[in-house]
Amino acid sequence: MIAAFKVEHATRSSRIGMAAFASALVLLAAAPAWGGRDDLRLLAEMYAYVALASLWNLLAGYAGLVSIGQQAYVGLGGYVLFASTILAGLHPLLAVPIAGAVAAIVALPVAALMFRLRGHYFAIGTWVVAEVFRLSASQISALGGGSGISLPASIVTAMAPSRQLREFLIYWVALVLMVAVLAAIVLLLRSRYGLALTAIRDNELAARSNGVDVTRTKLVVYILTALGTAMIGALIFLQKLRISPDTAFSVNDWTAFVIFITVIGGIGRVEGPIIGTIVFFLLRQTLADLGSLYLLMLGAVAIAVMLMAPKGIWGLIADRFGWQLLPLERRLRFAADARTT
Amino acid sequence: MEWVNIVIQGVLIGGLYAMFAAGLALIFGVMRLVNIAHGDLIVLAAYIALMTTDTLGINPLLAILIVAPVMAAIGYCLQRALLNRTLGEDLLPPLLVTFGLSVIIQNALLELFTADSRRLNAGAIEVASFPLAPGVWIGLLPLLQFVVAVAVIAALQLLFYRTAFGRAFRATSDDQSVAQLMGLDNRHIFALAMALSLAVIAVAGVFIAVRTNFDPAIGPARLIFGFEAVIIGGLGSMWGTLAGGIILGVSQAIGAQINPGWQLLAGHLAFLLILALRPEGLFPKVRG
Amino acid sequence: MREPLLDVRALDAYYGDFQALFGVSLRLAAGEVVAVIGANGAGKSTLLKCIAGVIASRHDGILFESEPIGDAPAHAVVARGIALVPEGRRLFSSLSVEENLLIGGQLGRPGPWRLSRIYELFPALAARRHAASTSLSGGEQQMVAIGRALMSNPTLLLCDEISLGLAPVVVREVYARLPAIVAEGSSLVIVEQDIVQALKAANHVYCLQEGRVALAGAAATLTREAISAAYFGA
Repeated sequence: MIAAFKVEHATRSSRIGMAAFASALVLLAAAPAWGGRDDLRLLAEMYAYVALASLWNLLAGYAGLVSIGQQAYVGLGGYVLFASTILAGLHPLLAVPIAGAVAAIVALPVAALMFRLRGHYFAIGTWVVAEVFRLSASQISALGGGSGISLPASIVTAMAPSRQLREFLIYWVALVLMVAVLAAIVLLLRSRYGLALTAIRDNELAARSNGVDVTRTKLVVYILTALGTAMIGALIFLQKLRISPDTAFSVNDWTAFVIFITVIGGIGRVEGPIIGTIVFFLLRQTLADLGSLYLLMLGAVAIAVMLMAPKGIWGLIADRFGWQLLPLERRLRFAADARTT
Repeated sequence: MEWVNIVIQGVLIGGLYAMFAAGLALIFGVMRLVNIAHGDLIVLAAYIALMTTDTLGINPLLAILIVAPVMAAIGYCLQRALLNRTLGEDLLPPLLVTFGLSVIIQNALLELFTADSRRLNAGAIEVASFPLAPGVWIGLLPLLQFVVAVAVIAALQLLFYRTAFGRAFRATSDDQSVAQLMGLDNRHIFALAMALSLAVIAVAGVFIAVRTNFDPAIGPARLIFGFEAVIIGGLGSMWGTLAGGIILGVSQAIGAQINPGWQLLAGHLAFLLILALRPEGLFPKVRG
Repeated sequence: MREPLLDVRALDAYYGDFQALFGVSLRLAAGEVVAVIGANGAGKSTLLKCIAGVIASRHDGILFESEPIGDAPAHAVVARGIALVPEGRRLFSSLSVEENLLIGGQLGRPGPWRLSRIYELFPALAARRHAASTSLSGGEQQMVAIGRALMSNPTLLLCDEISLGLAPVVVREVYARLPAIVAEGSSLVIVEQDIVQALKAANHVYCLQEGRVALAGAAATLTREAISAAYFGA
């Protein structure tokens, strides 16, 4: 006879983590009150990277799909924004979910092709797809062709009554989007899909023989990631007010940095991208004047982390102390068990 | 006639792409590693050729004799010191480490040489051409490069299938642990494979340096061309990668003829088409 | 005995946290054939892998020709003169029969075994020398695997379950070759599930049970009851 049990997710550390997270959110939501224009821009950029890195982490660390071509969707999101505002006359903020929808649709045939490649070849294949998007974008003269285009002033001013309000609006949307992405990821991981993903992450063959539909799970994750990435891309370029094929589909900005953030923070753990983004921006604020030397160091640090601490900073902390900031563990609590965590 | 010239050009550059591909396929075959820094190493070879010709004043094509051993040595050390430590079940470490390597090489070259475009002068051979048939001209340099590419691939085939060396590579590729029971030290074998791959890259790098303007940022595109040639041709076959390179080169040439901005796109589309219709490639080697 | 050729001393072996061998000791004199028998999972293959260097052990846990080799890597152990015929043959699938044999001789150790001598020992292989190794029958593949190991001119040959998956008549054929191998100067350790064959071929027998030596002695002196008890655990 099986004893009654339920599955618990929270631990003491995750309760503390959630509390800290909630307070931080309140503080950040109030940023327009205490921060200047530059602060808001910086924070919005950080939110974008936390979200992008979390999505990449989901794809690579959980579904085992290492993509070096996510810039395809960042750029796609940006171009959908510009196309829907300039060509279709829609409100910029409406373009954000539209970008997600377009990306989800596009991701299907892309996945159909890319899933024919395995492992490392899959990775390079995703890069090729991004290149195809980039080259195609430069062929669209209505959106500036190879040199790109700026968002017309009329569209910009129509967003909100004042510039200040417009910037607050974009900032809050960025914050909401980041929280939404994180929440979606946590909910996904807590669901049965998430269980399947963790199984796939640990041992794909074993997962398959236990009845997990690996291909479908991976497809779902790929499409969801594309959707999220494109929405973030739309918002990024709404903030930048200008787009060009090279900036939209930049490997450095949207893949290299994202990968570094995730590796340094900790792959395969939801907390990793958050830690990684903070570290990354700290480094950037202090070292960016060094130009290519800075990138060089970043590459060296990523290699060092990969070889010596492959689980990243959060991985080290979590292993050492058993903490988790977000309630993702699965523990069985039996009715007869009087212990508390 | 114009089209014949275009196709010939495409075939000839296909040889170069095949060399990119051969180096990539070689290490994937032996140790299941895809080197994201592959293209940047080609560019590194071009810069080493630059330094060689600047200091010694020799013809760039002769510089191959120096650049190849230097690159081979770099490859051996790179594999033993760094990449051997990433090999294992998980595919993330080698991919991320070679990605990091790619960033490092690009930016190191940027620091040392700036973003200025360079090109090496090989002398009169660059503009020489001869008529194959009325109205059909072949550049001497592209022809030489194609012949060298074919020779390199033939040499690799010979090495892999007729020498003890190649036997060791193939055995290690089949079964790493049993290969050790034959007295083969994996670390050494992998390092030799990387050295060989970089020697091939060296030849390709020198030809690039002579043919086109190069700068630290052109590496990734070369990686992609090599990768596409491998996939089009089919994994496991050296001659397949030659065919793949040629098909890619011809696609690009035709695309460029239709519209200069479509050159790269045409190549990518050819690759995606093959991936969609025949994912195992055109000439895959069927394993026994 | 005089200095044994192989001296395994109180060997422990682990797969991660799982201990597979507990203080196993075994000795083999030059020219001898030792059989290691035991049920599945008793640790027989593990023992051979430790000797061959596939699994790392304590530095002085294994002495070969009086030299400690416990922590030597596999490729170094071959160079010393120990060759392993691995469980399940494990031929190189993209190499032909002859290439499989040749790669066994990669190290170029001196000795009586070379390609022609291998073909004398296993005439069936000579006819199929250029065939893909995977196209051979189980028995022929086993011969290739043994030949491949012999090509390194080993002083000690380790055979891991060479009868596995083979028809009885084929097993007898393979075992009929062993005396010739010993005559050329190699000593043998054979791991076997086929007890009858093991007892016939060996001078000494060790029986492992759950990672420990449950019985050891000269093949001729062991009774069926004793072996049964040791094999299954009394």
